[in-house]
Amino acid sequence: MANDPTHQFQVFKIVPIEIGGIDFSFTNASLFMVATVAAASGFLYFSTANRGLIPTRMQSVAEMSYEFIASMLREGAGSQGMKFFPMVFSLFMFVLTANLLGMFPYFFTVTSQIIVTFALALFVILTVLIYGFYKHGLHFLSVFAPAGVPKVLLPLVSSIEIISFLSRPISLSVRLFANMLAGHITLKVFAGFVASMSAMGALGVGGAILPLLMTVAMTGLEFLVAFLQAYVFAVLTCMYLNDAVHGGH
Amino acid sequence: MFVTPAFAQGAPANGDPNAATGTAPAAEVHTETGVAHDAHATGVFPPFDHTTYSSQLLWLVITFGFFYWIMQKVVVPRVGGILEHRHDRIAQDLDEASRLKAEADAAVETYEKELASARAKAGTIAETAREAARAKAAADRAAIETELSEKIAAAEASIATIKAQAFAEVGAIAEEAAGAIVEQLIGPKASAEDVRAAVASAKVEA
Repeated sequence: MANDPTHQFQVFKIVPIEIGGIDFSFTNASLFMVATVAAASGFLYFSTANRGLIPTRMQSVAEMSYEFIASMLREGAGSQGMKFFPMVFSLFMFVLTANLLGMFPYFFTVTSQIIVTFALALFVILTVLIYGFYKHGLHFLSVFAPAGVPKVLLPLVSSIEIISFLSRPISLSVRLFANMLAGHITLKVFAGFVASMSAMGALGVGGAILPLLMTVAMTGLEFLVAFLQAYVFAVLTCMYLNDAVHGGH
Repeated sequence: MFVTPAFAQGAPANGDPNAATGTAPAAEVHTETGVAHDAHATGVFPPFDHTTYSSQLLWLVITFGFFYWIMQKVVVPRVGGILEHRHDRIAQDLDEASRLKAEADAAVETYEKELASARAKAGTIAETAREAARAKAAADRAAIETELSEKIAAAEASIATIKAQAFAEVGAIAEEAAGAIVEQLIGPKASAEDVRAAVASAKVEA
């Protein structure tokens, strides 16, 4: 069981709760969602508590992440898209913190659960749809009919556009989920090699050096992936919001 | 009914949860729960275990909702405020700096203007002084020249007087010398009137 690389994704109940026959137990996943929110909001709250004109190190990290997302959103969706700033910022910080917390050994990775990433992706897509139809009415459908396409090709292009739009929540959620899952499984497998090889005597210990180095390198790579996936999630959110803000233009 | 437990144990081993479907309603229910229980322990890949989805979704909504609320109500306005405040402060400081620079420029300009006027004033003063000195020198020279010419004139006058006197005395000396010569040559003393007349005629001839 200890060497099962999927064991780390096991969700188990800490406080069983059931409302109306549906399971709402407080699980280890819930615990780490709470931890993620506590870490992220605690960091952002306390680092900016002094409101320093000259920022401390921590405050400038918080400011950097703010400006990072602000410029990303402004580039992606224009200044009209800035009303979605709290949403993109929350998504980025939540995903980033969840990914980074997952890097601690024995910690549960919230974003390695497809249901979580899918819920976040659906939140983005529903926001795009609802705001798009609210802002542009039926003109929002022109997103699916790019300007300058010959009439003959329009049905084909539109169906491709619709399929690509529908696949957005899937690609958005699966990308994050699969990256986190695969990275953690790979780490676990390589780390497992170290343990099992070093149990085979002197030769095994010598041979275990290779997977150990691999594990170290993978850990570094996983930190990069943790940031990169949060970044990609935020960038794509900005791009999708651009459709909602500007319609099909 | 006695077959049911066996079925329940057998179904997960087959890995086909639908194996019991259609045999008996009671057996089906039993089998389904058995599979679900087994799956939770080992079988299904954990992220695809849909029995955990409802609780994960609920807690995600609670935690992310709270996070979103905190971000929107507290963190985003605060960080935005800090950045705006800093931006304003920098703009204000830049304004202050440009105002001070303008002031310094004005001061430099006044200074240069004053320097130029002082230089001009100094030039005038020097010019006046030079003029005054030149005038004084000219006056002095004129005074000295007049004085000198006066002295020259006086000297010439005295020379003329002395010359006249000398000429007058030349007659007397010549008379005396002529009287003495006549006395030596002839013997008797010649009268003063004769000598004077002879000298006078000689003077006229000379």
